[in-house]
Amino acid sequence: MFAIFFELNEGLSIAWRAIKANKIRAALTMLGIFIGITAVVLMSTAIKGIENSIQSGVSTLGSDNLYIDKFAWFSNQEFWKMRNRENITMEDFKKFKELAKLPDVVVPLLYSRQTIKYGNRKIDDGVLNGSNSDFLTTTNFDFELGRFYSEIESNGSRNVVVIGNEIASKLFPRGDALDKVVKIGAVNYKIIGVLARMESLFNSPDNQIYLPIGTIFKNFASRNRGTVTIVVKARNPQMVEDTKIEAEGVMRKVRGLSHKEENDFSVNQQEALTSFFDNITIVIKIAGLFITGLSLFVGAIGIMNIMFVSVKERTKEIGLRKAIGATRRTILIQFLLESSVICIIGGLFGLIAAILLSLMLNQFFPTSIQYDVVILAIFISLLTGIFAGLAPAYTAAKMDPVEALRFE
Amino acid sequence: MNIINIEHIAKVYQVGSEEVHALRDVTLKINQNEYVAIMGPSGSGKSTLMNMLGCLDTPTSGIYDFKNVSVSEMTDNELARIRNKEIGFVFQTFNLLARSDAVHNVELPLIYAGVTSSERKERARQALIDVGLGDRMHHKPNELSGGQRQRVAIARALVTNPAIILADEPTGNLDSKTGEEIMALFHEIHERGNTIILVTHEEYIAEHALRIIRLKDGLIEKDETVEKRYIPKAKASFV
Ligand SMILES: Nc1ncnc2c1ncn2[C@@H]1O[C@H](COP(=O)(O)OP(=O)(O)O)[C@@H](O)[C@H]1O
Ligand SMILES: [Mg+2]
Repeated sequence: MFAIFFELNEGLSIAWRAIKANKIRAALTMLGIFIGITAVVLMSTAIKGIENSIQSGVSTLGSDNLYIDKFAWFSNQEFWKMRNRENITMEDFKKFKELAKLPDVVVPLLYSRQTIKYGNRKIDDGVLNGSNSDFLTTTNFDFELGRFYSEIESNGSRNVVVIGNEIASKLFPRGDALDKVVKIGAVNYKIIGVLARMESLFNSPDNQIYLPIGTIFKNFASRNRGTVTIVVKARNPQMVEDTKIEAEGVMRKVRGLSHKEENDFSVNQQEALTSFFDNITIVIKIAGLFITGLSLFVGAIGIMNIMFVSVKERTKEIGLRKAIGATRRTILIQFLLESSVICIIGGLFGLIAAILLSLMLNQFFPTSIQYDVVILAIFISLLTGIFAGLAPAYTAAKMDPVEALRFE
Repeated sequence: MNIINIEHIAKVYQVGSEEVHALRDVTLKINQNEYVAIMGPSGSGKSTLMNMLGCLDTPTSGIYDFKNVSVSEMTDNELARIRNKEIGFVFQTFNLLARSDAVHNVELPLIYAGVTSSERKERARQALIDVGLGDRMHHKPNELSGGQRQRVAIARALVTNPAIILADEPTGNLDSKTGEEIMALFHEIHERGNTIILVTHEEYIAEHALRIIRLKDGLIEKDETVEKRYIPKAKASFV
């Protein structure tokens, strides 16, 4: 045990001398691993960032919500078949709400795409979400300014809107959106609330506009024959399954389906979304791993190459070390340590570069630095060092001392 | 006490389809505190014999006992251990680590002997003082003269207190005056009780020894005691 510690310690100091003796070569060698580790760490922070933002994006939908919709979000059912289903109407919604006993809240939701204007600024294709005042309880909204529309505003189909953070900053760069009047289509609306930033990739509330559903019917009725989504919030996560079973039964009744007929609606859940995005993340991870693995591999081959040159150049030194008592194992360990030290130093620089880069990239793209990437980077560097050093170290170890000493 | 006992040793190198008989049939004994010169023309097998004696190489056939232990049956690791503990090599081309100072060069064998760093430094310093380089501890090889480099190499050979010192043409790269100083150093090392085996092709260098073994074509031509031994006048070491 002591002997191994002694050998590692002495090996390290010999390796360190060798690295110092040829700084430029060591630096060039480090470049290979530097690039590899930068790529690996950057990729892993990017993947983590994507994962996080999908997580938060999905969770803005609320995990105990069900969405009864004409279309299934993700399914193998034929789109054409679903397209031919009857739209879900407000009448359906009202009947459903009356019959369903388990839900905490039931609200309608109707989408519409419109152009929003303020002065000479405008947003094409803004997504309007029409619902009623209970809609708020199905979300996890925070407000930067103002409030959500009230029951009175909702029932009265008032021309009031709550806007997402991104929309607010596009139309009102100075942050003075509250109480301003925007034009949607041909009608003026008063902004009564601005949501706090939500930061999510999918269907982000940051880019949405919320207003009473009656207002949509009132102002866009002729142009919009959309289908209503019935949002059902379970009382708690444990009751989601029961609520879902009840919702399906109630909805079949509402639609007047006989036993033989298939559902002409779909009950969607965040779970479907989560698993869909899980699959996407897995694909990104595999692709990312492959690409960065490739760059690491190229780096490792470079290191191996230089280590071979280094062994060749130091043939005489190896011969001498053997002549004065170095065993094969000692020589093997010495060169393995040399390439490992080079890789770990290069890897640490790569790690620093990756952290700086990911902080910079964070402004355009969600990245997330985890503490475990530090351990990951060092571990991968060490492995690469051993992998790249093994063949050259073995060549050195098995040299014949007489031949090596004669080498010129 | 007998240190080296070799009987009917042969070494054959295979070069392509041709066999080169570097040593054919060599038998000799070397005892403690002997001072032996191995002489012979170029290609006569001196270095081959030296590598054999130094456990760097194993014979193709024959018996080699080092301190009554058979070397022919030793593993690589055991050979490395013998080289480390029992043998001090001095080479014609010094073979110092170019980027390390004198102390580090001298302590090298002690690293492989598992000696701790502080003791290594202490013993390396003492060995350097012994060879007259007390004031050159931290000079790198390129900051030393040829003679001084060879002294560092000799200090490195002495630092482990080996049973024998093996020197292959140690003065071959030095001018005659410096060579003479190195021979004076060997003389004193021998006086202190060490065993020295020296390879040379120069008669006057060989006459510093007590015994001369003459090789020719891989065979011992003559094994003689030196009648008129040359005692170096130069005094350039042990303070
Ligand atoms: N590794 C080797 N491979 C092939 N032939 C060798 C090898 N080493 C030595 N020889 C041959 O063995 C003979 C003796 O060589 P050596 O012992 O170096 O002679 P010396 O040191 O007396 O000049 C020479 O003919 C040389 O060419
Ligand atoms: Mg020779």
